[in-house]
Order: sequence, then structure tokens, then C-alpha cells
Amino acid sequence: MSEGYILEARGVDFSYYDGLVIKGVSLGLKKGDIVGLIGPNGSGKTTLLRILSGFMPPKSGSICLSGRDLGQMSRRDIARLIAVVPQELEMLFSFSVWEMVMMGRTPHAPRLLGARRGDREVVERVMERVGIQYLAQRPFQELSGGERQKVIVTMALAQEPDILLLDEPTVHLDINHQVEVLELLRRLNRESGLTVLATMHDLNLAALYFDNLVLLNEGEIVSHGTPEEVLQEANIRRVFEASVEIQKHPTLGVPHMVILPPPR
Amino acid sequence: MAKRSLIVLALLGGVLILGVVLAASLGAVVVPFDQVARLLLSRLPGVDLSPTWSEGEEAIILQIRLPRVTAALVVGLALAAAGVIFQGLLRNPMADPYIIGTSGGAALGATVALLLPVQIVWYGFTLVPLAAFVGALAAVLVVYNLARVGPRTPVTTLLLAGFAVSSMLAAVMSFLMMLSGTGLRRIILWTMGGLGGGRWEQLLIVTPLILLGMGWSYLYAGDLNALALGEEQAAYVGVPVERRKVTLLILGSLLTAAAVSVSGLVGFVGLVIPHVARLIFGPDHRLLLPAAALLGGLFLVLSDLLARLLLAPAELPVGVITALVGAPFFIYLLRRSKREYGF
Repeated sequence: MSEGYILEARGVDFSYYDGLVIKGVSLGLKKGDIVGLIGPNGSGKTTLLRILSGFMPPKSGSICLSGRDLGQMSRRDIARLIAVVPQELEMLFSFSVWEMVMMGRTPHAPRLLGARRGDREVVERVMERVGIQYLAQRPFQELSGGERQKVIVTMALAQEPDILLLDEPTVHLDINHQVEVLELLRRLNRESGLTVLATMHDLNLAALYFDNLVLLNEGEIVSHGTPEEVLQEANIRRVFEASVEIQKHPTLGVPHMVILPPPR
Repeated sequence: MAKRSLIVLALLGGVLILGVVLAASLGAVVVPFDQVARLLLSRLPGVDLSPTWSEGEEAIILQIRLPRVTAALVVGLALAAAGVIFQGLLRNPMADPYIIGTSGGAALGATVALLLPVQIVWYGFTLVPLAAFVGALAAVLVVYNLARVGPRTPVTTLLLAGFAVSSMLAAVMSFLMMLSGTGLRRIILWTMGGLGGGRWEQLLIVTPLILLGMGWSYLYAGDLNALALGEEQAAYVGVPVERRKVTLLILGSLLTAAAVSVSGLVGFVGLVIPHVARLIFGPDHRLLLPAAALLGGLFLVLSDLLARLLLAPAELPVGVITALVGAPFFIYLLRRSKREYGF
């Protein structure tokens, strides 16, 4: 483990068919980091997340999780350390919210006996933490988008992971739910030292909630640092091909972007 | 397992035992229910009951009815369990035990065996069940290898490859049927399925195979739950998806092939009983898998009973009963539940 990273990508390349979609990415997460991964559509954010979570092996380079080579670890071992919240989840069968959060215990529960008392306690604790106890007996399929997102995060927390990876956790949500989910992530990060890496579409929200940002363009990291360092007018113009003016957020002082449309 | 689940399974098991005794007692010669129960109990180790039944009745129950009822029971167990496995694994409500080629392979195997002029008997198996068993597994093997893309087996490719191979095998079978002349009737009867062929020697081999397959699948009930989240998310909660897929495909196919070797192609049970069980017991595979299996066994035992009784002394194909009785019951359940049935 170099420099105390708990999750580290070293020189990672990846291609689906021809042409690299991830090019020589090196990125390290330390325990307690909360990092936003930003970049335009097709820049490789989701792909990078899938590689970091071990779902797809890199074409070259390596991923290190707590000092071990991710490629050598079983899914069960990985799932005890990394939980992933997908952008969308198409749930089969009308499992209740409680049953679904319990699925997060899969990497811990013994195969034959199923849930033990300890597992049920964890499920109750994380549901309380997120504040969704009142949904416990509802079928997941009947929930609204915001409720679903909270349930999926809760299921991930039931894995008791060290690292939480999220793919666009706010993308289909109304702003109240966006704020709710991001506040929850920040609270988990601050209170429990949960390491968080999330891809983000909304740059202003990313600046508000993440200590560090990584800007990805065409599969390469073009900027990495605090929101002030990454969200610069030149970077945005080059990567997103959009004109913006960077202002300061009125209460928190983090960068806040205002879009400057072409003259009409 | 939760206490509630154990109670449900115990109740189902109890009803199933009653069903078996009832099916053994009814027929051309009616042996009273309590006599059958006493007779069966007397066969248990450590139970000593003086016979209150005639030797003739004993022969009818033990040598004729019980093999047949047992055949219905294990075939029902196997098909319903395989149906649950395939529906969960392939994430497809129309999946049944035959969906990835077992039916076509088994039917072709059986047809060839029926048309061969030789008779071979091996451990109580005639050539037909053996050929059906081998044909079913061979077809699945071909389908699986056709569907594999590198290290993965995408579900869509699997379903389509299964469909293509089944169609081809069915065409070959139709061709053979055209040429078969007097064998035609036997082939048609075999494809409609039936439990009249149950023999103890054969059941003694097939039953352990089916119980083993079900027990083994049960180890993966929790993983089948996780697979409902989709393959990618299942991997994220710790399921080795591709490995599990292969194991469950093999187990499901083995259960199906074992069932087919006893009964021919009995339809409906493997498709609809899993849905009925899901409507009644919910989607958790830790309860669903055993509950659907017991329900399938019960359903097929009673269906076969009706098939024997309705037009006695003639016999209806059991597939006619399973669909004729089962379909309306399924529709009733589907309409009765206030919620939309969320597959």
C-alpha cells in the first residue's frame, strides 16, 4: 500500500472493443476521502467506477484495495470493503425494502442459514441512520425515485463497506432529494470516516459537497484537486466546450458556476 | 430460516403427505384412506402394525399406485424447483424448465429410442428415459456453449440460442415422426407426458438425484435473491455471478432431465407453479424454492390422480389436467391480488 491509499488505480487502461476509453489513469483514495468524479458524457466516469469496483478488469495497470490486488480477490471479499450504488436499478420481484436492504448482508451472511440476529441488527441500524424505517414493509418497486435512491444507499451501507462508490447518485432526483442524498453522504463521511467516490453531473453540487474533484476527459484525468483548483473557467471551456463564469457561493464560498450562453 | 417459513413448509409438507395417501387410496380398486395410511406407516422402521389389509391391496398400493404417485411427486418437485431457478436466473417470467433446450433434446432422444428396434434395460431404465436424460443434457450443453461470449453468458443470447436449438431439434423430431409409421402414437404420447411408467428401480436412482439437486440449489437461494438486483449489482453485493450462473444452469437442467426421464414432457408445472408460489409466499428464494417444489409435487400428484379417475378406466394425459385445472387457478390468483404482480 503506497502512501496510505485504501483504493488505488495505477496506470489503468481499458477498452471495450477498439480504442481506449480509459487511458493511463492513476488515482488514489485515502481513508476518509470524499471525492467527486466529473467530466462530460462519455468521458469514462462510469467505466472508471466499474473498474475500481472490480466489475471489469483493467486492460493494463492494476487496482489495489487495502494493499491487495483487486484482480486476485473474490467478489465476496471485495463486497465487504466496497459497496456500489448504481445509477439505476431494475429490481425483479416485489421484494420489500427490508428484504432488499438485507441483500446488502450477502457478503457477510453464512450461505445456508441466511440472516442471523447480527445481520438483522445491522439492517435496522442502517435503516434508522438513513431514516427509512417507515418504508421497511413497502415493496421497493412501488417507491418514488428519491425513496428508491435512499433504499439503494441503505443496502450499500448494510454491507458495512470502507468505501462507497456511487454512479450519479442525484441524477434523476428533485433538488430536495438531491440535497438529502448528498447531505447523507457527507454525514457518513464525516461521522464514520466512510470513503466516498461519486460521479457527478451537476458541477455546482459537486463543488458544494466534495472535498476533492477529479476531472475526466476522454478517459484521461485532466485535473485533480480541490473544487477551487479544478473548477476553473479554462478547464470548463476546454473539457465541456461551454462558457461559464466562476463565482463564489454566497454562504460557503466554494466555486459556483454561472452559464454564459452564446449571444442571442 | 425464519420460524414463519419453517411453519409454512411443515404445513405444506403435511398437506403433501395427505395428498400422497389420498392418491394411493383412490383408483379402480378403492383402498380406504386409513388403511393406506396404516400400510405406509407399517413400512417405516420401528413401527409395528398388524395388517388389516389384504395381500392384494398391499400389492396394488406398493407395486402399482405408490410408484406412480412417487413419480408424480418427484417430477413435480423437480420441475417446480427448476422453474424457480430458471425464472430467477434468466430474469424472465416466461422461463420454464424447458426454456434452454431440455425439451427438444429430451424429445429427440426419446423419439430415437422409441424408433430403435432394440430393447435395452439398465437398472430398470429402458432406453427411452435414458435417451431422454442424455438428450436433455446434451442440448443444454450445446446451447450454453453457443451462448457464451468470452467469459460471460449473456441471458438474452442464452434464451435465443435455447430457442434456436429447440426449434431445430423439434424439426428433426417432426421429420422422424413422419417416417415413424406405427411408432407415431407412442411418440406423441411420450411428448404429452405421463406418469404411468414409474418403476421403483428407476425411482430409486432418480429420486436421490432430484433431492440432491434441490438441496444443492438451496445453497444458492440467497444468491438468487441478489440476482434479482441485476447481474452487476449482484456482483457488487458479493455474488460471483458467472460462476453461479453456470452452476445453477447445470442444476436446473439436471433436475429437468431427471424429471423428463421419468415422465416425458409434462408442461405447465414448471412455468406456473413458481408464479403461484411467488404470489402466495413472496419472492424470497429461501422460502420460495422449497415451497414451490412442495407445491409442484402436490399439484402433480393430484393432477395425476384426476387424470386416472376422470375417464376411468381410460386415462387422460396428465398435461391436459395440469393446464385445465392449473390455468384457471393461476388466473384467479393473478386477478385476486390487489397489487400488481411484480415479477
